[in-house]
Amino acid sequence: MQDKQRVVKPHLAEEWVGKIYTLLCIFFLIVTIFSMVYFVASKGIGTFLLPNVNVLDFLTGLKWAPEGSPPAFGALPFIVGSFTTSILAALIAAPLGICAAIFMTEIMPGAGRRYLQPVIELLAGIPSVVYGFIGLSVLVPFLRDVFPGQGIGIAAGSIVLSIMILPTITTIAADALAGLPNSLKEGSYALGATRWQTIYRIILPTTLPALLTGVVLGISRAFGEALAVQMVIGNAPHIPKSLFESTSTLTSVITLSMGNTVSGSPHNSALWSLAFILMAMTFVFVFIVRWLERRSKV
Amino acid sequence: MSAKTADRIATGVIISVAVFIVALLASLLGFILVRGIGHISFDFLTSAPQTIKAGGGIGPQLFNSLFLLVLTLMITVPLGIGAGIYMSEYAKPGRLTDFIRLIVEVLSSFPSIVVGLFGLLVIVNLFGLGFSLFSGALALTVFNLPLMVRITEQAIRGVPREQKEASLALGLSRWKTITSVMMPIALPTIVTGTVLASGRVFGEAAALLFTAGMTSPRLDFTNWNPFSPTSPLNPFRPAETLAVHIWKINSEGLAPDAAQIAAGASAVLVIVVLLFNFTARWFGRFLYKKLTASK
Amino acid sequence: MQATQELGLSAKDLSVYYGSKQAVRNISLDFEKKQVTALIGPSGCGKSTFLRSLNRMNDLISGARVTGEIWIEEDNILDPRVDVVLLRQKIGMVWQRPNPFHKSIYENIAFGPRYHGIKNKKQLDEIVESSLRKAALWEETKDRLHQSALALSGGQQQRLCIARSIAVKPQIILMDEPASALDPVSTAKIEELITELKQDYCIIIVTHNMHQAARVSDKTAFFYMGDLIEHDDTQKLFTNPSQQQTDDYISGRFG
Repeated sequence: MQDKQRVVKPHLAEEWVGKIYTLLCIFFLIVTIFSMVYFVASKGIGTFLLPNVNVLDFLTGLKWAPEGSPPAFGALPFIVGSFTTSILAALIAAPLGICAAIFMTEIMPGAGRRYLQPVIELLAGIPSVVYGFIGLSVLVPFLRDVFPGQGIGIAAGSIVLSIMILPTITTIAADALAGLPNSLKEGSYALGATRWQTIYRIILPTTLPALLTGVVLGISRAFGEALAVQMVIGNAPHIPKSLFESTSTLTSVITLSMGNTVSGSPHNSALWSLAFILMAMTFVFVFIVRWLERRSKV
Repeated sequence: MSAKTADRIATGVIISVAVFIVALLASLLGFILVRGIGHISFDFLTSAPQTIKAGGGIGPQLFNSLFLLVLTLMITVPLGIGAGIYMSEYAKPGRLTDFIRLIVEVLSSFPSIVVGLFGLLVIVNLFGLGFSLFSGALALTVFNLPLMVRITEQAIRGVPREQKEASLALGLSRWKTITSVMMPIALPTIVTGTVLASGRVFGEAAALLFTAGMTSPRLDFTNWNPFSPTSPLNPFRPAETLAVHIWKINSEGLAPDAAQIAAGASAVLVIVVLLFNFTARWFGRFLYKKLTASK
Repeated sequence: MQATQELGLSAKDLSVYYGSKQAVRNISLDFEKKQVTALIGPSGCGKSTFLRSLNRMNDLISGARVTGEIWIEEDNILDPRVDVVLLRQKIGMVWQRPNPFHKSIYENIAFGPRYHGIKNKKQLDEIVESSLRKAALWEETKDRLHQSALALSGGQQQRLCIARSIAVKPQIILMDEPASALDPVSTAKIEELITELKQDYCIIIVTHNMHQAARVSDKTAFFYMGDLIEHDDTQKLFTNPSQQQTDDYISGRFG
């Protein structure tokens, strides 16, 4: 062994190259996320250090007039806007997505794989600005004709978002349904249950945590979506009285105003605070998803 | 209502939903293509946009989108493959690995607008790269990296264990085993995944608003010196992409034919994304056939 | 131990744990050069786990822990300071299911030697030919060396895998049920090949086929529930075993 160790071993150098290269890549990833959290958080907390702003007023204030005198930083309309649009979107998309998943796994697996699966994948592939453009040129005029109001607003926003998150919900639901052991279903059929009875008594309750995981991921995606929502929501900074009235979300106000403010101004830091809320919500969603995933494994 | 009737109704509802979703996609694509394709011409695809006159094109934007995609892939692919190899081959089960997994998950869940803002803060301002293609490419890297890592990790995990053992048993190093035996087998999956991810990158706009910018300088397509400010190849110039352009003309377009331009540009965007999708699908099937035929 | 025979590999007090479960218990076993030793026993008896420890293939399985000593010449290969890469060059391995690389026939053989420093095309050609000849595959493949190895039949693939492992000039070849996935004709060819190869190598073969063990091996070791029950000359073990359990197993009363 001794004399062998004295020989130069090129393969050891090679192992080090591989190890260091892949470690650097991982390191880059870790540094990126930490600096993201650090920079966005440190910018976002800036607002609360201003003399006449505190966290509670910021989160519950109804008036957003950052350029007014005195300026007002009430972010509640945006928070309400973001939550209502994304939860409404999930309420529309979840039944559709779960039905689609049942279709692909229980009703017609062949047609599901051949037609519905690619359709879902293509829906996921359409860029968000295109969804926004279609929403603006088809959905908004339609809503304007049918319902009172301008057509823009939460209704338009959540319908557009529901189509965008449909693939997420469908894919996860389909995976969960496909992963069920056959014996579970066969037991139910053997007792003389119909397909629908089997689906809603056995299949849906068993996969509920996984189905909810898909829904939460959908909400999370809808919550963070910026441009498609911004194009159809109207962008008025107040809480609307109806679903067909102009309003704003966290993302839409950031998209619209960030470019027009000067870095360091109170208005600018208030926008960073909104971005910080967005980021914090991402963590909340990730932890809910993780919790649900643990539940669905049991 | 008898159980049989309920079963029939439920089946009917589920099938209608499936048909509805297919019809929805068909009408979305139909709308985009019918509205937009009439506006697509060679001139539209190659000429520069007009601010207040009709007749503007999307030439620079289309070029910017493609160039930005190439730049992004040049950064993302080596990083993503490296990190994916780490996760599948070097990471030992334990707290650190769980933590890295959590990080990848969080990073992939960040809204793209937040990624764009981070880019504005760190890449554009702190690193002083300004609104530029390079800043945009870095922001898209952050946006795309988690997906690349997951694609690589899964592809490498899919390599049969016997292949890896056979190589190690011949006395090959782990790294050589990964690069010469496992990567060639994993490559088709990685390529398919990357092409699909490219479609996502190509259509992304929110992460680019504040990184690649919302303007494009006058480009001189005869000047291919990458250091000249009017050269299309200069990575340090601002570059409005196709997706950003669609958003901009919809929210603040002043040209009288803004609606048609938006429709035409959307059609181009969708066609390119569809091309990516079909390429990935075709490539996946082609490789599948090739691999199973020789078995 | 006959004094005339040289020792190829020797395990001392070898134990393997998967987590808290002990799969192999304190086994000491010597393997001689130019001999075939068969490891037999019912499935789950630890024979494959034992085999995989001999070239530290169990390192790849998370949670697996190996204790004891394995000596090849003057090296204890379980010593953490030992370079596994160099170690594995000395020990070839053949698996239950043929696992040729997704490369050409030529590349499958040349891959190892080239990595170990042989760059000369002519030298590589010679290694490919001699390895394929030793594996009795040359006549069947000499005209299509550059075609995919995956196009070969299962039995040919397995012989290619044997050729691939002898191309890096090992001293010992480990075989994990090398014929169990093959048809009878291919199995016969592999067995013939094993008998040929023992002129040059120390061969350790795991098999659940007792007839195969009786046909190809010089020594046989019987494993049961992680313990080594009996180790003797094959002929003696099969005709006149000293342990009751061995007798029960080879006469088909369990397993």
